[in-house]
Amino acid sequence: MPRTFAEKILAHHAELEHVVPGQIVTVKPAHLMMHDNAAAIIGKINDDLARYGLIDSKLPIIVLDHVVPAVDEKTATNHQKIRAFVKKYKVRHFFDAGVGICHQVVMEQGLALPGTIVLGSDSHTCTYGALGVFATGIDRTEAAALLLTGETWLKVPQSIHITLKNKFQPGVTAKDLILTIIGDLRADGANYCSVEFHGDIHVLPIEDRFTIANMAIEMGAKNAAFPIDILAEKYLASIGVRKEQYSTFWADNGATYQQHLEYDLASLTPVVAKPHTVDNVAPVKAVAGTEIDQCVLGTCTNGRLSDIQLAAKIIAGKTVSPHVRLLVIPASRAVLNAAMQAGYIQTLSEAGAMILPPGCGPCLGAHMGILAPGERCLSTSNRNFRGRMGCKDAEIYLASPATVAASAITGKITDPRSVK
Amino acid sequence: MNIWRYGDDINTDMLFPGKYTYTCSTLNEIKPHLFEDLDPEFAAGVQTGDIIFAGKNFGCGSSREQPALGLRGAGIEAVIAISFARIFYRAAINQGLLLIECPDAVMAYQPEDNVTLQLEAGTISVGNQKFSFPTLPDEILAIRDAGGLLEYTREKLKLR
Repeated sequence: MPRTFAEKILAHHAELEHVVPGQIVTVKPAHLMMHDNAAAIIGKINDDLARYGLIDSKLPIIVLDHVVPAVDEKTATNHQKIRAFVKKYKVRHFFDAGVGICHQVVMEQGLALPGTIVLGSDSHTCTYGALGVFATGIDRTEAAALLLTGETWLKVPQSIHITLKNKFQPGVTAKDLILTIIGDLRADGANYCSVEFHGDIHVLPIEDRFTIANMAIEMGAKNAAFPIDILAEKYLASIGVRKEQYSTFWADNGATYQQHLEYDLASLTPVVAKPHTVDNVAPVKAVAGTEIDQCVLGTCTNGRLSDIQLAAKIIAGKTVSPHVRLLVIPASRAVLNAAMQAGYIQTLSEAGAMILPPGCGPCLGAHMGILAPGERCLSTSNRNFRGRMGCKDAEIYLASPATVAASAITGKITDPRSVK
Repeated sequence: MNIWRYGDDINTDMLFPGKYTYTCSTLNEIKPHLFEDLDPEFAAGVQTGDIIFAGKNFGCGSSREQPALGLRGAGIEAVIAISFARIFYRAAINQGLLLIECPDAVMAYQPEDNVTLQLEAGTISVGNQKFSFPTLPDEILAIRDAGGLLEYTREKLKLR
């Protein structure tokens, strides 16, 4: 009987012949990803760790990224506790402040291997689905228990089949695609589901797939899934992952889906998500001219080299509006170094951008670009919930790097296709 | 007992603002900020045994667990919603917080209605109407019944 990606990969890891949606299976994930919240996670089980030990020093991946560098004594102390834990239990995969955003680092370091299960105490863990990983977010308590036992349960999800056709017009990006899909399906349209992407996948560079998979949670999805094709293989080879290190799973033709959707990439236009929900999607044209105070280019959604390159090309030779603060936050040190090498950072800085250290920046409202009441931000991040950037009386619009770059120049929300 | 009523897509930033995520992790730290940006009266007024009614997709967004931990700690008896977001759903099981998916009960509820739960029977009474809700698989109920995942895990580890 034909099976979906989720059914095949979960059956394999549960060591069962086959599984069906709704079934509860026990699995041992290859990795548990944690970030700054590792401090709270290990704080729950200090005594248990002393008694039973860490189940496997290769299981946890810890990346300090959410509030880096530390903003106050409390966050600094949390980082200190995490470093002590890493040392005491010989945690193999630790990346201190400055290496990058957790999801980018996990992929760059070759820790998101196709065919594996990775759980993370962060909702955007679904990003690794771009590399054929069954990856999903969990809470801190689940993470704490995993450190002790190495195993947990998963409910086999229903699946949604999305076919992509053709390719984007200039000025339209993967961000516009995923925002359009979320606008159609709404914030709960894929709740509990595995979302598979089929069709003309080969036109999507790997970084586009990261952007798309990253935002699957914004429509409630459990995980996102892309097939491993030549582009994915090339990417993995480029970061030093050998083919023998992974196995791949993909859906069979004729598998059973909760629904089928199809998108013609060539017919898409630049869009934004308006305040205060990610599914409040409208064409850029409909809000063009809306004045903005801050622009954010970065985050685990759109802080990669191709995003910075796209923005730098649009901004090159122009200046950022004096009414706008443009914050540029590369997703990792590797991205920052490559962007410096290519001259994009120089271009953006000369145009008036502020370059911030790799990390989550103001996305979750902890520091580095908090908004004031009445202010409006246009951001390449993934959430625009009320209060998200630290102020409940501010507004956040989400858009592509192209739209953010074009808008930073004019000081108003601007269709990137109108910039010459 | 209070009944708190909220709409659709109540996200984790409304339940507990992200700016506190890395500085508040104990119940005492969490409680004053529950629903802070949505309903400032909640934190001051919530009592043990209160019930929350909500629309669809309650708890969507971040994986932060302060909402589930905080609601359980504040004494919420159950959250009854049309649907829940999955990370929050799992977090609630792990904290021993009772979530009930029962769209009919949510639609039927009118202010001043008496609400009582009959957990064993899997029913909920709203005013003079009674509704059934689906129960969880035994292996999941065992986690909630142990008081949460860590308690459950400790029991398991002791037996090894």
